[in-house]
Amino acid sequence: MNLRLLQRRARLSWGLAGLLVTACGPADEAARPAETVPGSTLPANFPPPVYVLDQNPPDRAAFELGRQLFYDPRLSRDGSVSCGSCHQQFAAFAHADHPVSHGVASRLGTRNAPALQNLRWSRSLLWDGGVANLEVFPLAPLTNPVEMDETLDRVLAKLNADAAYPRRFAQVYGAGPITSQQLLRALAQFTASLTSANSRYDRHARGEASGPWSTAEQRGLTVFRASCAGCHATDLFTDESFRNNGLDATFAADSGRAHITGAARDRGKFKVPSLRNVARTAPYMHDGRFTTLPQVLAHYDHGVVASPTLDPLLRQPDGRRGLPLTAPQQADLLAFLQTLTDESFLSNPQLAAPR
Amino acid sequence: MKLLSTALLLSGLAVASCSFSSCQDKNNTDDPTPEVGEMDLEFDHVVGSQALVLDAATYTNAAGNPFTVSLFNYYVSNIKLTKADGTEWAEPESYHLVKENEAATQKVTLKQIPAGTYTKLTFTIGVDSARNVAGAQTGALDPSHGMFWTWNTGYIFTKLEGRSAQASGNGGLTFHVGGFRAPNNTIRTVSPALPNGTPLYIRADHAPEVHLKVNVLGMFNGPTAASNIDFRTLSNTMGGAQSVKVANNYAAGMFRIDHVHTN
Ligand code: HEC
Ligand code: HEC
Repeated sequence: MNLRLLQRRARLSWGLAGLLVTACGPADEAARPAETVPGSTLPANFPPPVYVLDQNPPDRAAFELGRQLFYDPRLSRDGSVSCGSCHQQFAAFAHADHPVSHGVASRLGTRNAPALQNLRWSRSLLWDGGVANLEVFPLAPLTNPVEMDETLDRVLAKLNADAAYPRRFAQVYGAGPITSQQLLRALAQFTASLTSANSRYDRHARGEASGPWSTAEQRGLTVFRASCAGCHATDLFTDESFRNNGLDATFAADSGRAHITGAARDRGKFKVPSLRNVARTAPYMHDGRFTTLPQVLAHYDHGVVASPTLDPLLRQPDGRRGLPLTAPQQADLLAFLQTLTDESFLSNPQLAAPR
Repeated sequence: MKLLSTALLLSGLAVASCSFSSCQDKNNTDDPTPEVGEMDLEFDHVVGSQALVLDAATYTNAAGNPFTVSLFNYYVSNIKLTKADGTEWAEPESYHLVKENEAATQKVTLKQIPAGTYTKLTFTIGVDSARNVAGAQTGALDPSHGMFWTWNTGYIFTKLEGRSAQASGNGGLTFHVGGFRAPNNTIRTVSPALPNGTPLYIRADHAPEVHLKVNVLGMFNGPTAASNIDFRTLSNTMGGAQSVKVANNYAAGMFRIDHVHTN
């Protein structure tokens, strides 16, 4: 607890301050009044969610179980990799410094692990949108040979044979062996809780106290709305569509959305990623090819490559490609993108590995 | 509260007045426990005129390719019965996974069917689109049955694996048919004809047993020669346009009602 805040509250009421001091002793977490499960309130500046609260109502015991599972490497074949290995909280649950994922036995994947945030609002998951529901999502990494390389049956057998899990599942879902549905719904309690809506930008957008909002940030917001918000739309900073933003001319390595639809018009299109916490989620793009945000802006300014599916928003009326951005505009954009960092999300102890 | 007790009183009076008069007979649709019955569907797997035996017998498709089968699974869902007047009964939560290597799955008992005379049996080969994208499921739809694609959400509706010396590559046959989105939607709904048009009589003491012959060749032999599948050019499909070909074939004639025990 921050001292200045304490003093301010103390001026308000000595009695209350006294209570706070005791509550913030070493037994901090245990003594805290029953906190709501993270993500159980829907931010006012967000559109309606896709995975609605009623589908799997946030519940403390179920959330804690999901959190335990998310960080448990026993879910992988050789016990070496957990969901949390590739999705790190300080990087908004992206994989810091890893262009493509590293799974069991250091096997390399082909794509960059994206940030996990505001998944409750996602219509589809993966860079190519191949997974349609957050609840069944974990089946993909669990069974992927280059990720966790495990089978559902073996995961369930391990959980059922564990000393603690059967009791914890029974507490939430009733007696009986742990089922795949229980495992998936518990994991979804955690993944759906990852709401990031408390950046300085959010507070500014909701008209709450947001600290100083600089003119550079304001100019950056204006450039962003003009150049970027056509795709990185709404306060989720994605319209969830699949687009080709001009990274490559051919797509032999990864055809993106076409991998799912089989349609030529979808070749080279990838899901528009959210830009929340983007200052912390490097490296960037589906294959992690850029390591810094200035590189990304340079790409949009002069690196956009032509191909049949290149997005029309990246073709200028004069025939040039990309989004022309002057050096000052790039500096302003960088300042603005920093305001999307949500420290309270990146450091929320409730989302960290359980001790 | 007061309203409720008045209503109870009135309905009590109505029942009482009924028992004094003869309206019981006219109003038997109000009967609190209408007569219901059961029906069995039995799926008998064959390859042409031969029985299906996994990994042993060698069969030949219309394109002349010899082959063996090591696995044969499929979903039957959304089972419906229709009366001559169009009244329909749909089995609730109607999802069944039939597996050649698990005899118990080859018999499906439909329960709580309103007694009546039904002239049509309808079911889906596969799983409706809503359940393909729903959250984690249980029972026949539990993903642990290995009938769910994890990287491209959706159920595998029909799964046949086997070998053929004429198959390209390593000789393996992998026919995983599924996909529920246009243009590669493989959901197929069929109403195989009742033998001789004889309807299904369902009564409390009358439970028909419907024996279906499920002919594996129906996947590969199409209604026309052009739709036949030749393993030299197609031996592996996991959704997409090729799967649509297989689905069109099996919708045309894989399921046939062989006979019905009227019991
Ligand atoms: C070996 C690294 C690795 C592990 C382990 C891993 N993931 Fe991922 N995750 C990735 C990569 C890479 C992607 C992007 C893959 C793609 O788009 O094809 C991803 C994507 C996701 C997404 C989709 C996000 C979006 O916005 O589309 C979710 C949700 C997710 N992972 C959750 C999990 C959960 C839950 C687990 C544990 C059961 C897990 N991951 C384990 C690397 C990993
Ligand atoms: C035409 C739509 C479109 C426009 C306009 C657009 N983007 Fe993107 N953006 C995308 C797509 C699609 C991706 C993912 C591409 C991929 O990985 O293949 C992406 C990726 C990014 C990434 C990487 C994020 C990550 O987590 O990997 C950043 C950063 C980014 N865009 C910033 C911007 C900025 C800043 C602007 C405006 C100057 C902008 N974008 C304009 C579609 C767009």
